[in-house]
Amino acid sequence: MQPASGVKRRASYTGLYAFLASVIMFFAGFSSALVVRRAGAKDWKPVPMPDLIWMNTAVLAASSVMAEKARRDLRKGDRTRFNAAWALATLLGCLFLYLQVQLWYRLRDAGVYMESNVSGAFFYLGTIAHAIHLAGGAAAMMYLSYRAVRLELGPGRRTGVDVATFYWHFLGVLWVYLVGLFWFLAA
Amino acid sequence: MSFLRRYVFSTDHKVIGIQYYLLALFAVFVGIAFSVIMRFHLSYPEAKVRLFEWLWPATASGGVMTPELYLSLMTMHGTIMVFFVLTTAPQSGFGNYFIPLQIGAEDMAFPVLNMLSFWTTLVAFLVLCAAFFVEGGAPLSGWTAYPPLSAVGSIAGPGQGLGQTLWVVSIALFCAGSLMGAINFITTILDLRVAGMSLMRMPLTVWSWFVAALISLFAFAVLIVGGVLLLLDREAGTSFFLPAGLLINDRLLPNDGGSPLLFQHLFWFFGHPEVYIVIVPGMGVVSTVLSVFSRKPVFGYKAMVIAMFSIGLLGFIVWGHHMFSSGLNPYSAIAFSVLTLAIGTPSAIKTFNWIATIWGGQLRLNVAMLWALGFVSLFVSGGITGLYLGQPALDSYFHDTYFVVGHFHLIMGVAAIFAIFAATYYWYPKVTGRYLSETIGRIHFYVTFLGVYGIFIPMHYAGLAGNPRRYADFAQYDFLKDLTVLHKFITHTAFTTAAVQLLFLFSLFWCVRRGRLAGENPWQATTLEWAHHPAAVHRGPYEYSVPGSRKDFVMQNETAS
Ligand code: HEM
Ligand SMILES: [Cu+2]
Repeated sequence: MQPASGVKRRASYTGLYAFLASVIMFFAGFSSALVVRRAGAKDWKPVPMPDLIWMNTAVLAASSVMAEKARRDLRKGDRTRFNAAWALATLLGCLFLYLQVQLWYRLRDAGVYMESNVSGAFFYLGTIAHAIHLAGGAAAMMYLSYRAVRLELGPGRRTGVDVATFYWHFLGVLWVYLVGLFWFLAA
Repeated sequence: MSFLRRYVFSTDHKVIGIQYYLLALFAVFVGIAFSVIMRFHLSYPEAKVRLFEWLWPATASGGVMTPELYLSLMTMHGTIMVFFVLTTAPQSGFGNYFIPLQIGAEDMAFPVLNMLSFWTTLVAFLVLCAAFFVEGGAPLSGWTAYPPLSAVGSIAGPGQGLGQTLWVVSIALFCAGSLMGAINFITTILDLRVAGMSLMRMPLTVWSWFVAALISLFAFAVLIVGGVLLLLDREAGTSFFLPAGLLINDRLLPNDGGSPLLFQHLFWFFGHPEVYIVIVPGMGVVSTVLSVFSRKPVFGYKAMVIAMFSIGLLGFIVWGHHMFSSGLNPYSAIAFSVLTLAIGTPSAIKTFNWIATIWGGQLRLNVAMLWALGFVSLFVSGGITGLYLGQPALDSYFHDTYFVVGHFHLIMGVAAIFAIFAATYYWYPKVTGRYLSETIGRIHFYVTFLGVYGIFIPMHYAGLAGNPRRYADFAQYDFLKDLTVLHKFITHTAFTTAAVQLLFLFSLFWCVRRGRLAGENPWQATTLEWAHHPAAVHRGPYEYSVPGSRKDFVMQNETAS
């Protein structure tokens, strides 16, 4: 006996929330490590934040908006619009990842290495950890596009899209949090 | 279905549960072997043993064990036991097999994720074992891997090179596997219960797996942070944990500003909750077994649930009691101390409820019941010393002595193992259709019960006498000379206790084919794993000796009594 689809939808959300709880704990642990390591440290050098970071933030925000639009289109049953918006959201996500790599290069060119100062190490670690989570999200979105092309998604089968969008928004908020953390404590 | 899909890369919760159990079974015998070798060395430090030379030509040349080899065995013993035995069997092993059965679900919520979590854990185990075979051998810095020594590489000792790196990678993988498992457990329990199985009708076992999964979710995510930072300090030249001016083996290191205490915070924020991940599933099993074999409902079901949650919650705010002598601010030490002692309250509630459960019952003293009673005994004996260790003034003496070794072995090591045995005897008929041998079981139980007390109670005395832990050789210190006899006694008791475990191993495999046949519900228990395709649940999990009922038990899926 297969569980009913309502149960599956609920389970997908519960699984997502549980996963997000552990991601939040990871970044909470990361943040408190930063705070403790910075407190009273005489060796702490500020990280020169590249301006590119604002551009990246804008791209990620746009991606979130597109994903939300796509999700609503799918709920209304407008598959054509969904496909376009969803693909655009995914592309913007990939653009963000590309720009992140550029950001790391700029930092490197400015002389910030993993081993040069611990503030830079925290910056790299935090942004790389975020990027890994984002790459996972982007992969899931591509997989959902693939399913959409095969006409496997619709208003009655949209749990995957809903869950992925929620996760995507979460990563956006997490990014804003990280930028704030580094801006106030590391820049 | 091909053999591979069915038994190896299976997504079936029962197969995965058994896979976890067998992994833990293999790991526990490796861990026992190391402990026997360590005890042998402590009592006979000069002995020349061919086997040692054959196994570890570099660190036991001539057959005499070097201190480095001793420390690497100790590290691997602790790591294997805590992670791959005590976290693996009670939670992932029994939990996977019995959660769906006890709540009336077809399988876990995410079967593929479930398979992945097992394989991640297995790879973690193989990576850990690989540490023995690389240059320098296994790491030396204990299961807690404190920096600086764990972070500076091979200049700190032979195993601190690649061996320690493999250790960190293994633990990070283990964290990932446990997180996947926790997500699955939580979702399954919240969303896949059969009709009528309200939360307060769940067996305490299910509650205990749920609480342990919640703890895992929050604790392992933080350990990953500690692991990653440690790895970066080792491999990327960062200074998260390495302070300025470190002089190791006559080399001045270039690091600056790092804080070794930071690692201890990250580690113990995970480490104390971890001890509850280990013990809480055991509490669930023991509650059930005591109730079934006393033919009485669990006393104070609701209090038991609340106690488990408060233990889980409090467990997250007491980690500082492992750092009383690490240079903690004395004011925070007081706070940690008060919170630590507060855990005694829910622990005592559970203990009193276990005793009240069996009080006046019609006790059926079979082997599963004996292990459960043994668990309660050990939990009390080990918990009482926690009240001593939880006070900063006393702990400044006890810390890093054998008193601590006695404490955590009784309450965490052996108590959890007793719960695993209780669960094994109790559920064996469900898994194989046959009973385990009661005769072998009784011998195994009594020798083990006397054995573990014989091993770990004397350790408290050694600790009181100032005997430090994590030393490879006591014979060199005058003030420990008087303890030689005591240590010999411990060593020989340990040999006996280890040997009798082979009886269990034999029984476990022998009875799969040759054990006495068991019926559908051999213990006359009430929970759903003993029921036939339960369609709905109509009552709580512990309806034994219900007044006015015809039978002395009513199953959860029965409509009328
Ligand atoms: C009333 C309950 C308990 C109290 C007050 C308590 C207190 C303590 C304290 C203060 C220490 C640190 C001693 C030191 O290193 O100097 C300690 C160590 C330890 N405890 Fe407990 N404990 C309690 C229950 C438990 C339980 C239930 C477990 C496991 C299931 C456990 C497992 C351990 C372990 C593994 C260590 C040693 C860690 C190490 O340093 O390697 N304890 N306990
Ligand atoms: Cu603790």
